Amino acid sequence: MQQITLKLFRYNPETDKKPHYDTFRVDAEPTDRVLDLLEKVKGYQDGTLSFRRSCAHGVCGSCAMRINGMNRLACKTLIQDLGTKKITVEPILGLPVLKDMIVDMDPFFDHYKSVMPYFVNDEPPPARERLQSPEERARFDDTTKCILCGACTTSCPSFWANEQYVGPAAIVNAHRFIFDSRDRAAAERLQILNDQFGVYPCHTIFNCTTACPREIQVTKAIGEVKKAIATGRVE
Amino acid sequence: MQTHQHEVIIVGGGGSGLMAALYASRTTDVAVISKLYPTRSHTGAAQGGIGAALGNLEEDRPEWHTYDTVKGSDYLGDQDAIEFMCHEAPQIVYELEHMGLPFSRTKDGRIAQRPFGGHTNNITGKPVTRACYAADRTGHMILQTLYQQSIKNNVAFYDEFQVLDLIRTNEGIAGVVALEIATGEMHIFHSKAVIFATGGWGRVWEITSNAYAYTGDGVAIALRNGIPLEDMEFFQFHPTGIYKMGILITEGVRGEGGVLINGEGERFMAREEYAPNVKELASRDVVSRAMYLEMKAGRGINGKRYIYLDVTPETVNKYAAIDGRTRPDGSPYVVTAEEILGKLPDIIDFCETYLGINPVVEPMPVQPTAHYGMGGIPTNKYGQVVIDSQNTPLPGFFAVGENACISVHGSNRLGTNSLLDLVVFGKHSGLKAAEYAKSAGYIPLPKDPAAAVAEQFEALRNANGSERISDIAREMKEVMFEHVGVFRVEEGMSEALEKIRELKQRFKNISVDDRGMKFNMDILNAWELSNLLDIAEVTTASALARKESRGAHARDDYTERDDENWMKHTLAWLDEDGVRLDYKPVVFTKFEPKKRVY
Repeated sequence: MQQITLKLFRYNPETDKKPHYDTFRVDAEPTDRVLDLLEKVKGYQDGTLSFRRSCAHGVCGSCAMRINGMNRLACKTLIQDLGTKKITVEPILGLPVLKDMIVDMDPFFDHYKSVMPYFVNDEPPPARERLQSPEERARFDDTTKCILCGACTTSCPSFWANEQYVGPAAIVNAHRFIFDSRDRAAAERLQILNDQFGVYPCHTIFNCTTACPREIQVTKAIGEVKKAIATGRVE
Repeated sequence: MQTHQHEVIIVGGGGSGLMAALYASRTTDVAVISKLYPTRSHTGAAQGGIGAALGNLEEDRPEWHTYDTVKGSDYLGDQDAIEFMCHEAPQIVYELEHMGLPFSRTKDGRIAQRPFGGHTNNITGKPVTRACYAADRTGHMILQTLYQQSIKNNVAFYDEFQVLDLIRTNEGIAGVVALEIATGEMHIFHSKAVIFATGGWGRVWEITSNAYAYTGDGVAIALRNGIPLEDMEFFQFHPTGIYKMGILITEGVRGEGGVLINGEGERFMAREEYAPNVKELASRDVVSRAMYLEMKAGRGINGKRYIYLDVTPETVNKYAAIDGRTRPDGSPYVVTAEEILGKLPDIIDFCETYLGINPVVEPMPVQPTAHYGMGGIPTNKYGQVVIDSQNTPLPGFFAVGENACISVHGSNRLGTNSLLDLVVFGKHSGLKAAEYAKSAGYIPLPKDPAAAVAEQFEALRNANGSERISDIAREMKEVMFEHVGVFRVEEGMSEALEKIRELKQRFKNISVDDRGMKFNMDILNAWELSNLLDIAEVTTASALARKESRGAHARDDYTERDDENWMKHTLAWLDEDGVRLDYKPVVFTKFEPKKRVY
C-alpha cells in the first residue's frame, strides 16, 4: 500500500465560473487502476466528483481521460505503470467540458457518423454467410478493434486546432469498411474523406497511435486511406 | 417537464435493445433510451462466441444444440423456447454476417467456430465446434455491428437518459419516466409498447465480471411496479475470472485447449467426481463448483483462493495428446504460441495489462466470478411480459436479453447462448412489439406520471443522513459473495437476508454529497444501489426457499436435484413486508429429465 497524491481537474457548471484543481490523498496498491482511485475518492472523500465509467477493463470506451498528460483509459492504467506517486487526471482535450472529467461526446460521434460507419452491400446475400478468406479478413482486423473512446481524436493537435476535422477515430472506422472485401461503399467513403476536413489535416504526428488503448495502428490506417484516395485503388 | 411520444420505446442500447430497435423500426416509430452511449453497453464485453449449429468444421445439428441447452439448464429451461432459439440460431448468425459482422474465418472462408463448455456431438459425447467467433471479441463485434446498422437505419436514440419508472395503468403500460443525466430533468415517454433491454445485475456481488452499469435497473423497476421476477436464485458464476479483479477470461481459452490446474499440479477436472468426459468443457456451474471444492480442500494455488488456467502451448499439447484430441481433419491437435495469440488477443492483452503476465508463457490465476443472471422479468418467447403463474400478459410490456427470463437458460446458461438469446429474442420482441403497436392505441397518460420518482429523487438530492452509499454497497457485495454465491446453505443465506434487510434500513439514512442537477452521478449511484439491494433481497429469498441443488443453485444442505418437488420456476414479488413467492411449471417438449453427467 502506498499513498498517491491525486490532482484532479474540477469544473461544476452550476457553481464554478472556471475550472480548478482539487488534490486528494488515497491509499493504493501498485496494481490498482486509476479508475479504482477515482472510485475511492468518489466513494469516501467527495461524492461530487463526476466521471464516466462502465466495464472497468478496457473494452467499453467510457473512461478516456488525460492522465499525467497522456490520453488513456482510467480503467486500463495501473498506478505502477505511471512510475510516480503524483497523478494528475484531466478531461480529454478538444471537446467541451460539461462537468469534471465528463466532456460533450456529441461532436465526436457526429464526426464518426459522417463517414458511413456501417456495412453496405445491396447485392442479394447468399443463403449462408458471404465468403471471406482469412487473409481478406486480416486486412481490416486492426481497425475493427475501435471502442470509440475518443482517446485518439482528442490527442490530435490538428483536431485541437480545428474541430471540423473528422479526426482519427472517424477515419479508423471508415478504414474498417473501406478495406472489408464484402463492402461496396469504399468509393463513397473515400469521397467523403477527400476533403479539407477529411484526411488532409492529418500531419502524421502519431499522438493518436500512442493514445489508442486498443493499440490500433491509427496513423498507419489513416495513411492507407490517404493512399487509397490518391491512387483511387483499395489494396 | 418534456413529454415525448414514440410508438415503441426500447430501454437499453445493448445487443438485445439494438436488435429489437432494428426490427421494430421497420414498421413503427421507435426510440432507444440508454443510460450509456449504446457502444458502452455490456454486450461489448462478451468474448468467446455465439452458439449456432452451422457445422462449418464438423457435423452439428440444431437438435444437439437444443439438447445441450436443456441439459445445461439442468432441465429447468422451457423446452419450447429453447428449441425455437436453437433452430433460429444458424439463420440469425448468417443475418449478422450479412450486416457486416467481421467473424473470424475458416480456411475456406466460412465463419470460424470453436468448442465451448457443454457443447457436444450428441452421438459421440465429444466437444463440438459450435461457438461462432470473432477472435475473443465476439460481443464487441455484435454491439458495434448492430449500432452501425442502427445509424444506417436512422434509429432514434436518447443517449445518457436513465429510465427510472414504468408508467403502469389499469389498462397496461403507457410509457416510461426518464432522467436526462446531463440536465437532471425528468422526461415522460408516452408509448404504446415498452421493451426493457436493460441487462444484468452482477454488481450485487463482490467479485464480478460485470460492468459498473450492471445494476439491474430494469428488473428493479419491474419489481416496484408489482411485476414478479422469475428464477432469481439462479445466478451464474463463471469459472474463470482474473483473481481478485473478476475480469472475465473467456471459456474460449478452454475451448482452445486451456486446462485448469490446482495447487498440487493436478488437472482436477478429469477426476471421476467432476467431469471425466469433457473435463474443462463441462458446463460453467459444474466447473465453478469443482474449483470451489478444490480451493476449499486447500488445493488452491499456494493454498489460496485461486486456480491456474494454463493455455501455454506446452501444457495444451500435453493434455490434448492425453485426451486424444484431434483437429476436424483428423490430425492431432497441436497448437503454437502464435495460434493462441491470434485467437485470444484480448485475453493476452488483459493478462499483460492487469497481471503483468503473458498467458502463452505463464498460467493465469483465476477464480469464479459473478457473471450472468439466468432469471429476470418473466416473458414468453415473443418477449411479452407475463406476470403470474397462469402466464397472463401485461399489455404493452416486453422484456428481452439478460433482464428477461424466457426461460431458455433455466438454472444454468450454456456459454455462447447469451449472445444468441440477445439477437434471436431481440429480433422477435422487436417484431412483436411493432405488431402490438400497430393494433393498439396509446393508453392515456395518468396525471403527473413522474410525481413518485421526482419526489424520490428530490429526497435523494437532499439526503443528509450518516451512511455512505459506498459502505452499504461494499457490505452487500461481501455478504452476497460469501453466502449467496457458488455454494449456499440455509444458515448463511438467512444471515445474508437479514443483512440485506438491515442495509435497506440503513439506506434510508444515507447522505449524498452532490446536490446539483447536471450529471449528478452521486444520486444515480445511490438509486442504482437501491436497485441492487432489492434484487439481492429477492435473490436470497428465492434461494432460501428452493430446497434442492440445481444448476447454479448449489446447496450444501440439499445436495441433490429434487424433480418431484422443485421442477418448477420461482416467481417472486417484492411487497411492503418482504418477498412473496409462487411457482409455475416448466415447459417440456422432447426431453425427459436425466441425471446430468459431463
